[in-house]
Parts: sequence; C-alpha cells; structure tokens
Amino acid sequence: MDRRGKMNIISRIVIAIAALGLIATYYLPLWNIYMIAPQYPEGLNMWIWLTKITGKVDVINGLNHYIGMKHISEEMFPEFGFMIYIVAFFILIGLTVAITGSRKLLFTYLVLSVITGIAALIDYYIWGYNYGHNLDPSAPIQIPNFSYQPPIIGHKKLLNFDAYSYPAAGGWVVVIATVICFAVWLFEWQRSKNKIRLKKY
Amino acid sequence: MKSYLVLLSCASLTFILLSMQSCQPKGASAAVSSEAAKAVYVPPGKYDEYYDFVSGGFNGQLSVYGLPSGRLLKILPVFSVFPENGYGYSEETKAMLNSSHGFVPWDDLHHVSLSTTNGEHDGRWVFTNGVNTPRIARLDLANFKTMEIIELPNSAGNHSSPYITENTEYVVGSTRFSVPIGDKVDVPINTYKQNFKGTVSFVKVDPNSGRMNIAFQILTPGIDFDLARGGKNKSHDWFFFSCYNSERANTLLEVNASAKDKDFIMAINWKKAEEYAKAGKGKNWPVSYAHNIYDEKTHTATSTMIKEVLVLDPKDCPDMVYFMPCPKSPHGCDVDPSGEYIVGSGKLAAAIPVFSFTKMEQAIAAKNFEGTFEGIPVLKYDAVLHGEVQKPGLGPLHTEFDEKGNAYTSMFVSSEIVKWRVKDLKILDRVPTYYSIGHLSVMGGPTKKPYGKYMVAYNKITKDRYLPTGPELAQSAQLYDISGDKMKLLLDFPTVAEPHYAEALPASLIVKKNVKIYKIEENAHPYATKGEGLAKVTRNGNIVHVYMTAIRSHLTPDNIEGVKVGDSVYFHLTNLEQDWDVPHGFAIKHANNAEILIMPGETQTLAFKPDRPGIYPFYCTDFCSALHQEMQGYLRVSPVGSNVPLAFSTGKKNPSDSAAASGAKPTDTGAKPSR
Repeated sequence: MDRRGKMNIISRIVIAIAALGLIATYYLPLWNIYMIAPQYPEGLNMWIWLTKITGKVDVINGLNHYIGMKHISEEMFPEFGFMIYIVAFFILIGLTVAITGSRKLLFTYLVLSVITGIAALIDYYIWGYNYGHNLDPSAPIQIPNFSYQPPIIGHKKLLNFDAYSYPAAGGWVVVIATVICFAVWLFEWQRSKNKIRLKKY
Repeated sequence: MKSYLVLLSCASLTFILLSMQSCQPKGASAAVSSEAAKAVYVPPGKYDEYYDFVSGGFNGQLSVYGLPSGRLLKILPVFSVFPENGYGYSEETKAMLNSSHGFVPWDDLHHVSLSTTNGEHDGRWVFTNGVNTPRIARLDLANFKTMEIIELPNSAGNHSSPYITENTEYVVGSTRFSVPIGDKVDVPINTYKQNFKGTVSFVKVDPNSGRMNIAFQILTPGIDFDLARGGKNKSHDWFFFSCYNSERANTLLEVNASAKDKDFIMAINWKKAEEYAKAGKGKNWPVSYAHNIYDEKTHTATSTMIKEVLVLDPKDCPDMVYFMPCPKSPHGCDVDPSGEYIVGSGKLAAAIPVFSFTKMEQAIAAKNFEGTFEGIPVLKYDAVLHGEVQKPGLGPLHTEFDEKGNAYTSMFVSSEIVKWRVKDLKILDRVPTYYSIGHLSVMGGPTKKPYGKYMVAYNKITKDRYLPTGPELAQSAQLYDISGDKMKLLLDFPTVAEPHYAEALPASLIVKKNVKIYKIEENAHPYATKGEGLAKVTRNGNIVHVYMTAIRSHLTPDNIEGVKVGDSVYFHLTNLEQDWDVPHGFAIKHANNAEILIMPGETQTLAFKPDRPGIYPFYCTDFCSALHQEMQGYLRVSPVGSNVPLAFSTGKKNPSDSAAASGAKPTDTGAKPSR
C-alpha cells in the first residue's frame, strides 16, 4: 500500500479535513485593515472577503477624499471575480491528495500554495502601492513626498491614523490549513525515509 | 486700680460680643464630607451611571444631565423654538408647534414621566407637559427627539401632567385653571361657581408605537388640579389628583383659595371610566385640537386638527370619581412603590397626611361618606387615613420613595428634605437644600422598584450658590447620597432655566439603542437629494426649490443665480454623510429665521425670502471637518423682472478661466455629478 509513497490513512484524513476547512473562507473575511485616530476612537474596520469588501468603507472613502485617494469600491478588485475559483481549485487538489494518498502530489500542492500566497501578497502590495500613490493632484490636502500606502502586514502611521493590517479569520484558516499540510508532508517524508532505511538493513 | 477694672470689663465685653459673632451660622460649604468629590467624579472618557431628564420649566425644553457628575449632556427642544438646531424654524418642524390657535413657539414645561412597563422603567419614551397651551409631548429615548405633541381641548393650565399609569396605558392631563368650556364661554369672571369647569384627560398610548390619542375626558367641578400619580399593584386601576381652590375663588386665590381647612385628593377609577366610555356613557363634544407627529422617515412633522372629544360626566358614571379630604391646598400627590400609600402634601399644613388605598376601597364599599361636592362623594378623612407625619417641616411639596420603604419629602419653606419611614410615619433624618426646594427626585422613585442610591433637589432660589451673573441667576440643584441612614450632600450644580420635576434612569437601559445616523436609503423626504448628481434648482412661479447636498467639505450647488427679489427660496439640505457625529449646518445671510442642523442622512429645509438684490453668502455652521471653513457658497439675487437665467453649479470653472484656456463658451449649468 505505501510502497509507492502512499501516505497513511490518518494523514489523508487530516489533509481532507484541511482542504474542506478552506470552505470556511467563503463565509469568513480573509483580511482586516483597522484604522484608529483620536477622533475615531471606535476605529474603522475594513474586511476583505473572497468576493467583497465590508466595514466602514464609506467612512474611509469620505476621509480619503481630502488627500485625493481613489474611492475604494469592489470594481477596483477584479480578483473578486475569480478568487472563489482559486480556493475551489485548492480544495479539489487537497481532496485529490487525500483520495490518492500521493505524497508527491501533496508536495506539489504545498508549492502551489506558497506560490499563490506570495502572488496574493504581491497583488495586495501592488494595489496598496497604486492606491497610496496615485493621488488626485487637486486634492485639498497635499503633503510633499508622502504616500498613503497601507501596510502589507503590521502597523503603519498614516497622518493622524494608525493603520493595522492582519489576516482575519478566513486568512487564518488558510494559514492553518497550509501549516497542517506542511506538517503532514514532513511527517510522511520522515516516515518514508525510515522505511527505506528499514528495507536496506 | 478702678480704671484697670473698667478696662478689663471692656475687654471681656468685647470678647463676649466677638464670640457671639462666631455663633452665627456657617455657610453650607462645611456640610460636605471629603468623600463627596470621589463619589461624583466621573473620570474623563467614562460615562455617568444615570441619564437624568430634567424639565426646563419656562424655557419649554428638556435638559439631559449625567449623574452623579451633574454634567449637562444636551438640551432637547420640545415646546419652544430652538434656533440652535432650527427646531420650530425649519419647514419640517414648524408643524410640531402647531395648535388650535396656530403656531405657538413657547410653553412652560413642568414635568417628565419616563415610560414604564409593569411599573418599571422600560427606556422607551419620556413624556412632558406644556402648561400654558395645554399639551403633552412624547420624546423617543433612542433618538432624543420630540416625536409627538398632542393638544388638550377643554383645558387650561395643564399642570398635573404627564403622569402615567403602571404600563403606560394612559398619560394624563388636567386643568390647573378651571374655565368655562363648551358653547357658553363669554361669561362674567365672577360667575366662576356657575360656569367654570375642570377636566381630566386620559390620553391613550399605543403600546407599540407610543402614538397618543385622547381616549376620554372626565368633567369635574370647577376646582384647580395640581399634581397626580397613577396607582400601582393593587391600586393599578386608579389615578390620584391633588386639588386646591375647592373654595372656587376667581380672585386673590392666595387668600381665598386657602380659606378652607381641607381640599381634596381626587381618586379616579380609570378602568371604570374606560368601561363607561366603551358603553357609550360619554358624549362627543365638538372641539378643535392639534395632533402633531414627527416622521423619522420623511424627517417631517405633520399637524392634524381633530374636531371631537369624548367627555364623561360623573353624573352619568357612578363609582368613577371620589374625593378624599386633604389638608390645606395639597400640592404633591405621590403613590409609594407598593401602591398602597398615597401621600398628599398640604403645602400649608402642619402634617403630611398619608392615605391608605385599602382603607379607601373599604370606605367606598361601606359608603363611608361625609357628604358630596358638586355631586361627587367625599370620603371621610379618618376612614381613608393611614396616618400623618407629624411636624415634618414647613411647606411640604413633593414625596419620592427609595427601595427600603422610606419616603423623602421636599420642604419649600424650611428649605430641606425630610426622610421618613412610610410604615410608621417616623421621621428619620433631614438635610438642608439651597434654597427653597421644589421637586426632588430619587433614582427610580416613582417606579415599583426604586434604584435609590442618589437623590436630587431641584431648587427655586439660588442666591449665593455660584459666581453671580447679574439679577438673573441659574437655578441650583443638589445631589445627595441616600444609600446610608443619613442623607449626604455630594454635589451642587446649576441647571438650565427652571427645572420642576426630573426623572432619571440607568444609562444601560437606553445607551445601546442610541440612534447614530439616519440611513440615506431610507430617507423618504419629498425634497431629499440622495447624491450630488441629483442636486438641482427648480422654479415654479416665484417659488424656488434648491435641492442641496452637504458632505465634507462642500455644498452642492454652491453657486446659484437667477433668484429674484420676492421669490420664496427653499433650501432643502440633505446631509449625505453616513457616519456618527458629522452633522452639517446651514445659514444664509439676512434670513429672518435661524440656522438648521442636518444630521447624517437627514433632510431639513430653511425658507428664505430675499428682499433686495445682492450676493448672499451661505455656509456650513457646524464645524464638520478640516475644511469646514471652506464649506460655503453664494446665492445671487437679482431685481424683480430681471432675466438672469436660473443656474447652479459646484466646482465649475469661471467663464474667464475656461475662455482663456480653450476659447469655448460655458454652457454647463448642471451640478457637478461627483465630488
């Protein structure tokens, strides 16, 4: 059964659960941008989902017009049109890994996950860069050499606001699912190495 | 030696005189314990424990304070115009102050009642009364706005109002002044006894919407009603009213209405009255009264004239009304939390009578009457009396209750509050007030379950309590800690206008449902402009409607031309903001009314009639943003008959600028579609 690098049944169940766990991202926000300022003690939250943005987007837009930032709207993000398919693709591969029990396929799955994750962050950075730098030249408030690019992850001071950017519940689901898959792969890799050694002697 | 003695005696005499000087009373400042400051200190950023709704008396408004800090949170306009936010000046709110005698921009707001369910605060509404033009108002505790005002016909001086029944089934009003009512009203004043009548109005409150309508009025003898309280528990079906001037004097009441040894507490069985009304025992009288309702969706008030009221005459309705004799022109008429005891405060009497509801019921069953007054049975004093609080002080006015079976009575003349036990009528403690206290308020005092803890004295005389402000002074209030055996003075704070009654409730009851904004999608105002692209100016004859939007930090349109002298210009301002605490204001030079404040998502209208040609600047009056000062615009007014076309814009390039740039002639007169 496991001669050709097939994984043990528990590993396969764990991978199936991790893959199915990604379904949660359809119902949970992936990312959270939180901004707080003296006159906004309640804070302004913006939640990025697979298909939409929610939270105090209108209020943030209202403030951004002073500095000439573009209106945040869902049309700005073509990603909302296909992100659900990418996640669906990953769920399918995950399930295929579980069914076939192929460790090689699991490795491919992990590599794809990392590439997609990096691509997503680059995409987010490019959006943030454009959003923070492409300012209306007739904006009422203009500060030379100052941009309003939100942080990719962590904290950044933007004028009177402290901006924080972190994964939200759905984002953590993705992180945890990937970590689990990696752990399973590591475990299976170690196991197969031991088996080869056992066969030798 | 002799001269030495004389000198010595002179010195002793001086010493004695000096020590007598120090026997003079000390100021009140000594009476506060060092713990007091800690007890009332609410640190920056923290909230008060209680909302206190304090009547404004002759300002016709309701003040909202935080307790225990005594900080003023807001003044809410009710019966008086309020230029601060345009209440009574904007086209939408004028109808709130409409009456059968037209627009009445002022009233005397005396009392407040917080709505109750099962005798406990439910945090839904606060009712207030207008004394001068008899009215009752209902304010909503989610938006802190006056939502409804109903006028009371057949009434004058609506004083014992707006007291409520246990489940807010009814809110009552009554006549402080009896007057001739019905057809024959032009009569000599000295025919008071023959022609003057009183009424008590029972205004039904819809349990869901809070909407009020006059269910029935009860015709009473021509005496003066002072204060009232609804029953609780066993006395649920009853309402009690204090009455003075049973002498029925029409002049120099000071003397003539104080002649008799006893006046009355009037007890009304409102359940029975309800049955009589249902059974058709009443008569529909032709009257005229205004019913004004504010709609939060259209942001507009409407006023309806109602032409009929159902009147019940006790002659046709036996067992509905009784009188209990009460010494010397009773003022307060307060029911304890159990509903068993009714405290009448004969303000000129030497004792405070406490009546027993159980005894009253027994006396009614046994027909234990001492006679009748104008056909209404008068119960025997001794048969209904629980007992008298002996030597309580001078000028007892009002009584409130705590959760431990104690009562607190304000003493106007002796300027103090007296604490006594309801059960055995024993006096337990007394504290001075500064000065001449009127109403007092124990937290939750009028409910079935008082919260106790604090008590506030609302005084009539201020004198030296604060830094002087000329002949006219603010009124003073004091906060006391009543959690222990002894009442302790904690705080002294000035109040707006002249508070009469006040009622407080725990902030937790209402703070969570506080309205922050109005959703722009739900704005159903006929002149709402839900987006800058929809801003426009239209003319119909000499009526000009300006559909204007406000958002940080510009008004759209902000350049308007083509208005002529004699036009009526209506500025319909829609605040497009959808965030809390971003109101915009609007004012235009030479407008003969006031500014308007527009809350996020709301539309309000300011009418303006320019009387001469010129450029009239307008601007946002509520500091809204970093560029608030730039939030301004111009209206051009041309002479009558001028042919300047109607035009409006925001952010449009000037003809000279654009001509220089492209040589093109400007044709655009539309508003810029987006910011």
